[in-house]
Amino acid sequence: MGFNLQLLFTGIGVGSIYALVALGFVLIYRATNVVNFAQGDFAMLGAFSMVVLAIDFGLPYWLSIILTLIALLLFGAIFNLAVYYPLRNRSFLPVIISTIGASILLENGVLAAYGPRPQSLPTVFSGQGITIGDVFLDSQYLLIIGLTAAMVAFQFLFFERTFIGKKLQAVSQDKEMAALLGISVGSMIMVTFVYSAALGGLAGVLVAPILFVSVGMGSSIALKAFAASIIGGFGEVTGAIIGGLILGVIETFGAAYISVPYKDAFAFLALFVVLLFRPQGILGERVAEKA
Amino acid sequence: MSGDSFLASAQQIPSGAPARFRRAALGPLIYLVLALVLTAAVLVFPVSGYSLNLLMQASTYAVAVLGLTVVLGYAGQINLAQAAFFGLGAYSVALGTTTLGLSFWIALPLGAILAALAGAVLGLTSLRLGGHYLAMVTISFQMIVTLILTNWISVTHGPDGVPGIERPTLFGLSFSEGTRYLALCIAILCAVGYFVWHLRSTRLGRAMQAVRDNELAAGVTGVNTYLTKVLAFTVSALLGGLGGGLFAGGFTYISPDQFSFNESVVFLTMALLGGARSPFGTAIGTGLLILLPEWLRFLKLIYLAVYGAAVILIMVFMPEGIWGFVNKFWRKVRPSLAISLDHLAPLPLTLRTCNPDGSVILEVRALSKHFGGLKAVDNVDLKVAHNTVHALIGPNGSGKSTLLNVLSGIYRPTAGQIDLAQQDVSRLPTHQRAASGMGRTFQNIRLFAAMSILDNVKVGAERPGNAIAGGSKGLEQQALAALAFVGLAQRAGEAVGSLSYGHQRHVEIARALAGNPKVLLLDEPGAGLNHLEKDALVNLLQRLKGHGLTILIIDHDMNLVEQVADHITVLNFGRRIADGKPADVLRNPDVIAAYLGEVSAHGAT
Repeated sequence: MGFNLQLLFTGIGVGSIYALVALGFVLIYRATNVVNFAQGDFAMLGAFSMVVLAIDFGLPYWLSIILTLIALLLFGAIFNLAVYYPLRNRSFLPVIISTIGASILLENGVLAAYGPRPQSLPTVFSGQGITIGDVFLDSQYLLIIGLTAAMVAFQFLFFERTFIGKKLQAVSQDKEMAALLGISVGSMIMVTFVYSAALGGLAGVLVAPILFVSVGMGSSIALKAFAASIIGGFGEVTGAIIGGLILGVIETFGAAYISVPYKDAFAFLALFVVLLFRPQGILGERVAEKA
Repeated sequence: MSGDSFLASAQQIPSGAPARFRRAALGPLIYLVLALVLTAAVLVFPVSGYSLNLLMQASTYAVAVLGLTVVLGYAGQINLAQAAFFGLGAYSVALGTTTLGLSFWIALPLGAILAALAGAVLGLTSLRLGGHYLAMVTISFQMIVTLILTNWISVTHGPDGVPGIERPTLFGLSFSEGTRYLALCIAILCAVGYFVWHLRSTRLGRAMQAVRDNELAAGVTGVNTYLTKVLAFTVSALLGGLGGGLFAGGFTYISPDQFSFNESVVFLTMALLGGARSPFGTAIGTGLLILLPEWLRFLKLIYLAVYGAAVILIMVFMPEGIWGFVNKFWRKVRPSLAISLDHLAPLPLTLRTCNPDGSVILEVRALSKHFGGLKAVDNVDLKVAHNTVHALIGPNGSGKSTLLNVLSGIYRPTAGQIDLAQQDVSRLPTHQRAASGMGRTFQNIRLFAAMSILDNVKVGAERPGNAIAGGSKGLEQQALAALAFVGLAQRAGEAVGSLSYGHQRHVEIARALAGNPKVLLLDEPGAGLNHLEKDALVNLLQRLKGHGLTILIIDHDMNLVEQVADHITVLNFGRRIADGKPADVLRNPDVIAAYLGEVSAHGAT
């Protein structure tokens, strides 16, 4: 029992990371109707930025986090201008391919700059964690779960309670109508990219101490986060969170009880099963094209 | 834009095959000669060492990339697992010839079939959904294949790979020598290239392109969109497997890292860079990206980063790849194919539908379509008689377009029944409604933008159930006759985009006409036309009416409706409020109130 609870805790921790990255996916998807396949590389950049700032430059941990998030806000803007904006009037296919190109560029750019050796980053708290009964609650996992919950709450308040949040919602529902009402669609999309990049960067900062910081870390997280958002119900914020948590738990239990080498396969198998039996995901997506 | 061109073209019927067909027959012959020369050149001027390896890689990769030409270029569906299919083919040959001791000639097709089966299953599960799902599902499949190749060591030999793959012999002729094997690969590549090149001018190829350009329109034109996509995906996987099998024989050693997700992206880039819509583009893209690392050797460390940047730049500046870019200029220099209209038979549609007894051909009973609480169409009855023009009018939001969408199968009805020629079609998908004789046009024109005018209309002529005699020639005649009817046959070879808005409308009508529909549904054909174009439209509609075609038309222009309609049904808030002869309906106080608001109802008293 204790072992299972331990797995559940770890699974929720891992799942929180997926949820955080999936949230970024969903926001960009809702604003632009395309999936950003470089979303995971935002996390990778966040993690590498931490390595550079906190280890190579020896800056304090908290300052490194702040600088990293600022850097990613800027990067989100550049990304939008270079990768999405020139293609905004095309179908989703060129945009998807363009984001894949961006992902290759980023990963190999970092590879050229930093070499293939994985880096490691210390945890935020020096304390190990706390033990409740048989279950050891690692401090980094507690932080991840806590911050994810905080971001979800923030996002909810931001979208539902602020004017800019309402405008973002309007853009995601009907761009033309939003434009007619005087909302600048371009700047709303810019806000979305900037925010999503920071969200991805935060995920990278949080996950860096658990995993090794490597060039490929982002894309493997992103693929699972994307799978998570489909499992939860594509395009739904709540779906992304539920899907992320479920996937984290499935993966952790699968690795513990079935096979460690095939750990990464469980997420994709779960995705196939969902697509076969409930393609609209757990929460469902509105699908209809107007003639 | 007058009836004269139709009559004129119908009268000139000289003999002799048109130039177009003679030229089409020459194409394959030239290609065959070139392919033989290319294959022989490899044997006569043998290459060795590194160049041989590069050519081997290029020719086997090109087979796999041709698969992407089909799925991405023709059908417009993304496939991010081509390296996995390539790997399935390669491992089939590798393990088949080493572990199982099979002949290469059995292992190779086995691998291709295995890949095709995997592709079919993958397509069947995910192609009903949108493109993002497909991207994700193919990536997932790619990941799982890589994991299995790496971890199932007892079968796949794991990360060490499979060495000692044997090259084949055929009728005592050994291909074990590198140059000979390369010649074999090039011969197969040429054959596959021809197949892919030919595919796009077949019915399936046109259906794929129609799906790519406008899936909704393809469906109502009679294309089984789902099946078409699954077939495209299966062909793509098959070619991936075939290329992989040849690759394994060429290099005699394979390992899992050769079939990773990165390679899938490389395949995709090759297709896109060269121009995914043409096999020639594929050849250019594959060759270039295999040579590029040689030329960019000085960039070695950041080569892949440059590569990623190149993908973005291609998408931004050359969305149709190098071949598309070149082709655009080529098309400007060389005007479109001159099409011979010398012996065009008139369109037979009109004779067939003639049934002047006034019986009902399309009957709608108690039809409802609700969106949540909104009753867009509410318990509507409608009877369209043979050989009449039936107009459906009503204020904005009265449910006209929704009704039309339910009739053509884009929306499932909430309740009620639709009978077309005494056959219940209410539950049929769009392409089967087209097959049973329902043709339609859209309010916001939906043509297949990247196809020629003629090909657009051919897709219409090819609707299932529309038997056309005379093979591809008969089909072309049918399409040209439909274009002649709307006065655009002279421009048949041009791109759809080169036409004015009004002419595009006519092409859309011709596309429906070419399918010999029992009933033609026209959704606001007058929308967005200037008055000259409207006059031309009225003229066309009157000619169609004169030929006895049954038409159900929606329009807001009462002038247009009055000029063509035999019968009018009026909808308001999803309900039928009037039905009858135009003169009676248009004087009906309820109708006037619906159009002008309550004020006029009071004013009438």
